[in-house]
Amino acid sequence: MTAIDEILAGKEICVCAGSGGVGKTTTSAAIATGMAARGLKVCVLTIDPAKRLADSLGLKELGNEAKRVDPALFERHGIEMQGELWAMMLDAKATFDELVARQAPDEESRDRVLDNRIYQQISGALAGSQEYMAMEKLYELHSEGQFDLLVLDTPPTRNALDFLDAPRRLTQFIEGRSLRVFMKPTGLAAKVAGRGATVALGVLKRILGFDLLADLAEFFNAFSGMVDGFQERAKKVNSLLADPGTCFLVVCGPQGEPVDEAVYFHRKLVEAKLPFGGVIVNKVHYPADGADGNGGDLEGALSERLGDAGLAERVAANFADYQALAERDAANIERLAAELRTKGLIRIPYLDEDVHDLDGLAEINRYLFASSEERIELAAGRA
Amino acid sequence: MRGYSHGRPLFLPPTEIARNQPIPSPDLLDKRLLFVTGKGGVGKTTVAVALGLRAAAEGKRTIVCEVSSQENASRIFEHAQVGFHEVEMEENLWSISIDPDESMREYVLLQLKVRAMRDMLFRSRIFTYLAAATPGLKELVTIGKIWELAQQHRKVKGGREYDLVIVDAPATGHGIGFLQTPRTFAGIARVGPIHSQALELDRLITDHEHTGIAIVALPEEMPVNESAALEAELRSEIGVAVDRVYLNGLYPERFSKEEAERLAEVAAGENGSVRAAARAAVSEHGRARSQRRQLARLRKRVETPVKTLPFLFEPELDVEATRALADKLS
Repeated sequence: MTAIDEILAGKEICVCAGSGGVGKTTTSAAIATGMAARGLKVCVLTIDPAKRLADSLGLKELGNEAKRVDPALFERHGIEMQGELWAMMLDAKATFDELVARQAPDEESRDRVLDNRIYQQISGALAGSQEYMAMEKLYELHSEGQFDLLVLDTPPTRNALDFLDAPRRLTQFIEGRSLRVFMKPTGLAAKVAGRGATVALGVLKRILGFDLLADLAEFFNAFSGMVDGFQERAKKVNSLLADPGTCFLVVCGPQGEPVDEAVYFHRKLVEAKLPFGGVIVNKVHYPADGADGNGGDLEGALSERLGDAGLAERVAANFADYQALAERDAANIERLAAELRTKGLIRIPYLDEDVHDLDGLAEINRYLFASSEERIELAAGRA
Repeated sequence: MRGYSHGRPLFLPPTEIARNQPIPSPDLLDKRLLFVTGKGGVGKTTVAVALGLRAAAEGKRTIVCEVSSQENASRIFEHAQVGFHEVEMEENLWSISIDPDESMREYVLLQLKVRAMRDMLFRSRIFTYLAAATPGLKELVTIGKIWELAQQHRKVKGGREYDLVIVDAPATGHGIGFLQTPRTFAGIARVGPIHSQALELDRLITDHEHTGIAIVALPEEMPVNESAALEAELRSEIGVAVDRVYLNGLYPERFSKEEAERLAEVAAGENGSVRAAARAAVSEHGRARSQRRQLARLRKRVETPVKTLPFLFEPELDVEATRALADKLS
């Protein structure tokens, strides 16, 4: 097994992806902290407004601008910062507005979009817009070249793949401008579109109401001057993601469902020719070391040692429960490793304390950045 | 005299009323529509299916709806993917995976009775564009389908009537946006059929008598914080009735403090299995205690009654394991 700093050697971008609830934010924060401690200037980005990243870095809040995290915070928790750690929380709406301003051919077109009622209602909530804006900001920060490494905590999507699809969906949405042609079913447009479209439009008016249809047409129309710019930008974002300097890490849990999703996600990354770096499995129940030492009658041995048969029974039952979970985790991880055919599989144990602060991050970092030998020692020290 | 007293407007907007004077809402399973939501990975599907099993066992005709096309419920029943069909899983219990494209098709079919018009529409590029590109339309037609399932007189020909519709809703963040879609659309379309239909959907979602929300949480620091924030947002921003918070995955308290101390001593002076088992017991004790602290925090931070659900020491949750949870739901 490889340590995370070996996987990330020479990389400029690290994208942490995975389904919800597997510890993506914590993992992103821990990786960024560890890489900064080793001398890099790192920025960790999150789009999740739930304050998870701020909480885990011990910050009150994060904004749309990158802020440096005070190194003294880490020193108190035994992490010496040789580099710099910066963090920011993406505001999807603000990023979308900036993008529109940048792509608009003139001020009038810009204002037409920014003032559009439909745009205002949906620019923050548009399907795929959060994901796309995360990519967009990543691209922008990378172009500015202020950081050695950018770590992206991808948004908690229903489907871990949504963000890969985001540039295509956004372009598709802007292409709705074709609606404008149909909205004027007279003259040349009508001839091009044909009678079928005119009837279809009539039907749509009946379903949507004329007002809504007109508003939508105006909305798409407002974007019409920016289509090429958006497409160009989406292409650049895509090639940055596919660049060898980028590294996708899949984060998952040890249960069957997260492992299935990780396998699926890895396959999609390979299909999309995106650089896969490794997989991090969080909250793994490690099998106990030397579990067979008492010839099978654990309860008897416990009872003898404790002098309390009832307690011995409970201790043995508890142990059996944990061993069953450890066996399940081991089997799932074996399956994961076989499917992914990767050496970059890092296991983080299910720690006694739930991880939500800098002490927790420091603890996780011991595993993320451990060499193979250190990892064996770490594992042996746990029950 | 104007409608003010103590500087407070006499006529509060609906959300204010919801917050200040909670209308007593019927028991969870006596509602017609129930959304199960929470942060990702907390066990929403498990709780949704457990609620479904419980309601079905009480004789209620129940359907569990998935909206993320992941078919996690089918997985629990070890059933093949159900797709956009109402498939019977057990006596009184059905399941459906609501696909937005299919919902859109069905919606159009219900709106347009003339076959030639429908064919024309489905074939036209403009419809395809509009359906794919209009923001939020997918969520809207998905909620439209949920509404249709919850009707006493179904719009779909030969549609079964359900006593209870349970929705395995999207995770936090997405979940809020999802439930807000009808109101957003009602705002976008000021008049016309979409406007009135969106309003109808919003009325259903905020109807405290018939519609409820259950939030699923885990006994950990951040999930507890997020559940409290989610509850506040659901109540104040959307004005829905949050009826229950389920704290999922709570460990049993197997050992007393004294026992844990003794076991720690044993672990230090032993090796092999006895040591490993003693250490596992000490860990379990620590986790169980830290979870109880989180439970206390959650109870302090939310207004909704909190119920706990035990952690199941099962390698994978199948239907029997889920049924075991069903008994502990209300």
